[in-house]
Amino acid sequence: MIIEEYLYYIILPILAVSVLLVFCRFVMGPSIADRVVALDLLITIGITLIAIYSIVYDQSTFLDIAMILGLIAFLSTVAFSYYLEKRNRKKREKQQREEQQDE
Amino acid sequence: MSNILIIILSSLGAIFILLAAIGFVRMPDTYLRISVTTKAVTLGVGLILASAAVYFDDLSVTSRVLAIVLFIILTSPVGAHLIGRASYFSGNKMWGKSITDELDGKYQPNSHKLSSGEEFEDEDEEEDKTEHKKSDLL
Repeated sequence: MIIEEYLYYIILPILAVSVLLVFCRFVMGPSIADRVVALDLLITIGITLIAIYSIVYDQSTFLDIAMILGLIAFLSTVAFSYYLEKRNRKKREKQQREEQQDE
Repeated sequence: MSNILIIILSSLGAIFILLAAIGFVRMPDTYLRISVTTKAVTLGVGLILASAAVYFDDLSVTSRVLAIVLFIILTSPVGAHLIGRASYFSGNKMWGKSITDELDGKYQPNSHKLSSGEEFEDEDEEEDKTEHKKSDLL
């Protein structure tokens, strides 16, 4: 068996199924943190897809894009968690103010 | 010889990623899901990128692969910690069968203060320090 065919017909479908499963969780995730983690995981699986494609089409330059995707995944996770914490704090301060007004 | 190595590495990596995706759907709790994505997916990505390095057998590709793997190994625990912290502070409930919650009672939601538990007794004196600690926690 040629290595490219093995990767194309066995490894890529496995990765596609796992992308679909993660996307299920992305759609139905109960909290917003689940969605952020699912997004991070989708991008990380995208890196492996790029690596497999770079083997199949014999183009090593695709790996540069994989590196940039890794950077973007980390940045988006950090930014999302920062704004999640900020939003929670604002909500709590609003609640406190309303309680004080009630008193 | 290198073909067999590529097949073994890429199969192991794909299996780890598939198991991580199944666990990500099946786990009952946000924190358990975060732990699944951090460990299994990092290992799977590393194995598949290693198979790419074996296939090309070139110094520039190998150094690129090493940079990507090192970056992912460095950043995925940091991202997981940040998002887990944010979801704990936003009041996300743990699974009912979880045994311990080590932060239980050590976090005050009103002042957004996290401590080892003994500093909450004299609340009035620490009122002016709260602002300082808030900026530290950011």
